[in-house]
Amino acid sequence: MYSYIPHTSSDERKMLEAIGVNSIDELFVDLKEGGCLLKDFLKIEEGLSEEEVIRKVKRLANMNVQGVSFLGAGIYDHIIPSAVTSLSSLPGFSTSYTPYQAEISQGILQSFFEFQTMICNLTSLPVSNATLYDGGSAAAEAASLILSSKRGCDEIIVSSTISPFSLECIKTWIKGTGNTLVMLPEKDGVSDFDCLEGLITNKTAGLMVQTPNKYGFFEDLTGIDSIVHSFKGLFAIYSDPLSLSIQKSQGQWGADIAIGDTQSLGVPMAFGGPTAGYMAVSSSLMRKIPGRIVGRTVDNQGNTAYVLTLQAREQHIKRERATSNICSNEALISIMNVIYTSQLGFKGMKEAALQCRAKAQYLLEGLDKLSFVNIKKKDFFLEFPVEFDSSERMEKFLLGLKENGIFGGVRLYPLTKNKKDEATILVAVTEKRTKEEMDEYLEIVGRLENE
Amino acid sequence: MSKIIDELLYTKDHEWLKIEGTEATVGITDYAQSSLGEIVYVELPVVDDEFSAKEEIANVESVKAASAIYSPVSGTVSEVNEELSDNPELLNTDCYSNFIFKLKDVTEGEDLLDADAYREFLKTVD
Repeated sequence: MYSYIPHTSSDERKMLEAIGVNSIDELFVDLKEGGCLLKDFLKIEEGLSEEEVIRKVKRLANMNVQGVSFLGAGIYDHIIPSAVTSLSSLPGFSTSYTPYQAEISQGILQSFFEFQTMICNLTSLPVSNATLYDGGSAAAEAASLILSSKRGCDEIIVSSTISPFSLECIKTWIKGTGNTLVMLPEKDGVSDFDCLEGLITNKTAGLMVQTPNKYGFFEDLTGIDSIVHSFKGLFAIYSDPLSLSIQKSQGQWGADIAIGDTQSLGVPMAFGGPTAGYMAVSSSLMRKIPGRIVGRTVDNQGNTAYVLTLQAREQHIKRERATSNICSNEALISIMNVIYTSQLGFKGMKEAALQCRAKAQYLLEGLDKLSFVNIKKKDFFLEFPVEFDSSERMEKFLLGLKENGIFGGVRLYPLTKNKKDEATILVAVTEKRTKEEMDEYLEIVGRLENE
Repeated sequence: MSKIIDELLYTKDHEWLKIEGTEATVGITDYAQSSLGEIVYVELPVVDDEFSAKEEIANVESVKAASAIYSPVSGTVSEVNEELSDNPELLNTDCYSNFIFKLKDVTEGEDLLDADAYREFLKTVD
């Protein structure tokens, strides 16, 4: 393989002559005195031929363990129609980069416009941007938006039941800004809204919750919007977009900001990413939403044309006074989302969501018969926590399944670092799982009963 | 030559203000609007919020820049020009008849220039 350095030695010589130095070493002589250049060249191995690279990567790929996945905690194994993979793999989508004069790429802009329309329909909020990096960054951007919107307020209340990954992102964003994160306690697997009013001060800018929450349970958000709006705060709800086809949307709950991760809409698990984040807001926040918004207009000949309608105010113009510095988006992922939703339609999404729920219910009922587990009876979407009588039993359970090619669930403790979660796993069941797979799961773990 | 009105006071940030008793009416000057170009958005403060002098209170965005408006005096917002939300270009058409916000209980105001002083100041920036 060649090293991709485009300059020939004669190019180099000409450039050195033009600035009046004799060699590359002489060019960097000042840096050497400062001691910031390496003495010896880095020890990098020789390059490999194409064939050698293919063999090496294949060998590595074969080390991956294949299995039936009941894993979730934010990333789920849903059915992806092959049209999503084929169409989104077209080089026009998969290799292109939005040019700096974005309007030259009308196709890409149109796909963002369709994405925004889809997000607005799902969330029942009027303004959507053209994606954020993932659910975590969407949550963090929403926290920044809430904190920057209400003058003199530097506290945000976040429910303890939001995803631990989102919480980490929010903590990272807030660190060093002088803002304060206030946690709303949880009770019995859902937010304890009885505590909400006690946490509100004259510094509170707003509230963020998640439904289905980090355990998979739906949250009852009735009346929460009135509490938040009574002190002129902003209300943000994080939701799996697929769940919005069977539960109340953010707009219907009275939220000002809708956020989440679009992985459930046609995006492979891919070891946890990349995914895309989404954000939709009420019209009063239109000028404050981070990221870019694509709009549809007409050109000087009356033809439909797509443009970047709102983006400039943030990174290009407001600079250090910008409330967000997100400079890109997840174009390819959003295209996959758009193809997925156009394949399924709202009816198909609802069907997929209902199947997830029904199948998860089937597995839950089977697991509930085991004497060594405790399962909370709560309204949930496709994921639920299973608590064991000991962490040893939990490990045996997971190992027994793994030996039979089944990934039985995600250990909760490493995510929450909360002692009460030490013997708990999250089990996710999507529409992709079959009755046979679930029966096999139940049969394997049933054997543990006699041990 | 930028238009300057004799009866008004000015700041070095190119804002004009009219003080009547303890109330101040604030807008941007002709120099400011012509430097900004076509104004597309005005972010107004919230009525009843208190500001100290030199604190960022509003934002004016044009097709080429976003500029913060700093409160020229300390006070409480008593009125904002809602018309600018739908017609921000009014600041280009007539910047002196279209105020941005009004402050009440005005207490502090340093470094305010009269028309002549502002005229002199403009000579140094051009």
